[in-house]
Amino acid sequence: MTAGLTIDRVVQRFGDAVVLPGIDLEIAAGEFVVLLGPSGCGKTTLLNLIAGFAEPTSGRILIGGRDMAGIGPKDRPTTTVFQDYALFPHMTLADNVAFGLRMRGVGRSARRERAEAMLDLVGLSGRGAARPHELSGGQRQRVALARALAVEPEVLLLDEPLGALDLKLRRAMQDELKSIQAKVGTTFVHVTHDQEEAMAIADRIVVMNEGRIEDQGPPRQVYLNPRTLFTAGFMGEINRIPLADGRSPLGPLVPGSGTLCLRPEAIGTEGPIALGQARVLEAAFFGTHVRAHVAPVAAPELRLVVHLPQKALPAPGEVLTLFARDPVVLP
Amino acid sequence: MRPLAWAYLAAAYAFIFLPVVVLVAFSFQDGRLPVPPLRGVTLDWYAKVLSDRAVVAALWNSLAVAAVSSLVALVLGFLAAHAFARVRLPGSAALRTLIVAPMAVSSLIIGLGLLSVFNGLGIRPSLVTAGIGHVVINLPLCFAILYAAMGDHQRAAERAARDLGASEARVLWLVSAPMLAPALAAAFFLSLTFSWDEFIIAFLLTRFDVTLPVEIWSMLRSGLSPAINAVGALVFLISAGAVVLAELLLLRRRT
Amino acid sequence: MGLAAREARLGWGLAAPALAWTGAFFVLPFAVMLALSFARMEGRAVVPALDPGNYLRIATEPAMAGALANSIEIALTVTLISVLLAYPLAAIVAFLVPRRWQRLALVLAVLPFWTSYVVRSYAWLLVLGQKGIVNGTLEGLHLISAPLEIAATRSATVIGFVHFFTMLLTLTIYASLVQMPPNYARAAADLGAGRWAIFRHVILPLSLPGVVTGAFLTFVLCIGDYITPQILGGNAELTLPQLIMLQLGRSGNFPLASALAVALMGVVALAYAAAFRWLRIDRT
Repeated sequence: MTAGLTIDRVVQRFGDAVVLPGIDLEIAAGEFVVLLGPSGCGKTTLLNLIAGFAEPTSGRILIGGRDMAGIGPKDRPTTTVFQDYALFPHMTLADNVAFGLRMRGVGRSARRERAEAMLDLVGLSGRGAARPHELSGGQRQRVALARALAVEPEVLLLDEPLGALDLKLRRAMQDELKSIQAKVGTTFVHVTHDQEEAMAIADRIVVMNEGRIEDQGPPRQVYLNPRTLFTAGFMGEINRIPLADGRSPLGPLVPGSGTLCLRPEAIGTEGPIALGQARVLEAAFFGTHVRAHVAPVAAPELRLVVHLPQKALPAPGEVLTLFARDPVVLP
Repeated sequence: MRPLAWAYLAAAYAFIFLPVVVLVAFSFQDGRLPVPPLRGVTLDWYAKVLSDRAVVAALWNSLAVAAVSSLVALVLGFLAAHAFARVRLPGSAALRTLIVAPMAVSSLIIGLGLLSVFNGLGIRPSLVTAGIGHVVINLPLCFAILYAAMGDHQRAAERAARDLGASEARVLWLVSAPMLAPALAAAFFLSLTFSWDEFIIAFLLTRFDVTLPVEIWSMLRSGLSPAINAVGALVFLISAGAVVLAELLLLRRRT
Repeated sequence: MGLAAREARLGWGLAAPALAWTGAFFVLPFAVMLALSFARMEGRAVVPALDPGNYLRIATEPAMAGALANSIEIALTVTLISVLLAYPLAAIVAFLVPRRWQRLALVLAVLPFWTSYVVRSYAWLLVLGQKGIVNGTLEGLHLISAPLEIAATRSATVIGFVHFFTMLLTLTIYASLVQMPPNYARAAADLGAGRWAIFRHVILPLSLPGVVTGAFLTFVLCIGDYITPQILGGNAELTLPQLIMLQLGRSGNFPLASALAVALMGVVALAYAAAFRWLRIDRT
């Protein structure tokens, strides 16, 4: 079972504070959507509104075409994977996973079977009798996922589910999350502030800032063709070069006015746009690449960050001739 | 410095134990007065006390009042603590203060107030009225213990249960209560011992059927007797036994 | 109905039983008592009135004002002595007794808690009475020729109280000593403080809030208690609770008893204000 989701002019205020000034969003059935933004951008508030833990000041939320107004979390076709997992410490893993089914009046043996299957799905076969405190952080995460999926929700909500895991485990869980979503086909709405995580798992990234949707689209589009400076900066490191009628401190580069945005890895020793000469200030080996700070000879007050191939570790003071690709000009 | 400290510790323990030792020692007194010298050792006073119908009845009354009033206080305190931990009610700080206020008021005053009200309504003193008074003093205790025990961890689990479709009653019964089991047990046992040992409210609010402390009080009126020592020793045994039992239960839970 | 409204209704529903109980059996009785304290006795009947006479009696009659003074004096004495006895005991248990024995040491220190309250006072009567252990021992050692009159005096009341509250305070002070992060003391030692300086400048000030809270509790429980002064102090010198019980028992004078109870609460309120004013000033 899976359903689409419509957020229709949703406004949320707490007293005088406007958290969401007006959100419109369509999510298709079976889509994996990531709400991405810095803390305080309203992404968790939006998730809570979908889950039914709070009600919007105005606007409508529809799941599978049904208006959710006045329906509490217990009666919504959504379940949530919480950041702190919120596993029931006094129950076994099987009882945790079967809890939602028990609430829906499913019989004991059917519950047990389904819990076993769900634990299989998340790679915890045969651990049903264990208790949450016996598990590692990553394993608890899997149980929380199994518990939320066991009731076959139409929409699964994930509130920074990987936030408490260390980096290596987080990357591994991302892949798993993606493959589980593909297997069950449920609509996933996933909240995070980690843009790498978002790009790794999302069908579509929705970038939020100060309660508004800044940008949305597939990871590739949001990263390479951001619609705003905020998105460009939030999705990854960026060099900003002021541009007025095609003129920049480095001379004419591309037509247009505003800010020319260039990713560090889009600057190198070859490419369609000639940036001219630049002096290396410092450079360091980063494993996959060499990261260097350079100052263009034509505009020594400007600083650029560039990623060079592993082999080339330039010395400070060295002068390079740089080129760029994938330019984006934003107002 | 250190020898002085150990000497102080020994002296303090001697002071603390002195009355208990005297109480228990002279409960075996083979004579009419529980004062030195100890004339011999006998269990007669225990036999006498345990065959005294009034004492035995009072003992059962005390247990019944303690058990029922503690249970009521526990349930009311649990529900209220859950309400205040979960919902932001207007004026909730003032209401919480109101619920714990009886803790700061002397039992004598609570008893006197209740007696005035019951008199005015023509309600006769009984074990029930005494039990009502005991709930008044134990409710703040249960509420305070349980409210303090409800942390973010607890709230998160309750939220998850609701998200998975649990009604409020099932959240309370299947998630909140089991998670709070140690705090619930502690609050219940503490209430039990307070009620079991409470004198002044029981004295003011009972008449014919009385609790054990009130019965002991009336025994005191007829002067010193090793029988009182024997009752005291028995009460001590029961209370200390309950404490050891509670401690063992809680310890086993922890490991 | 919106979610928020439903939440609020649920909250009120859950809190209602406790609030109703407190209202019916605590607030209402208190209001009745307050009203009664302004009522008049005519013969054996209580006549509702707005008469400050009971309070005037308490302020002017020597027996009443005396009982008030006795109660306050006894409670202050007991609080002071108990704190002075309990602090070293708690400190010794917290800092000198090996950690694995501390729990046992505490359980032992409060063991007499589990004797009945009435019986505990009675046991002190056996210890302090004319033929009791203390006199027997002193006479046996030929230190005194005639038995000391301890029972039925204020000293007996104070000793009985101090026994109980030393146990209570040892617990609360111990708790405030062990919950102190050890790094404070370590930091002081690291900066060159000796054992005494650490205690004087770090541990003692940090433990004071716990001590004040315990002392307040002691004062309140002590001043409201009837049993200990009644059994150990006798009738030579009455305390406020004894006087209240006397009004109830002998003459059924509920109005005067109520006024005395209100006076008692007034003293407690003052103690509360003093203790928490101090705590607040100290903390900010």
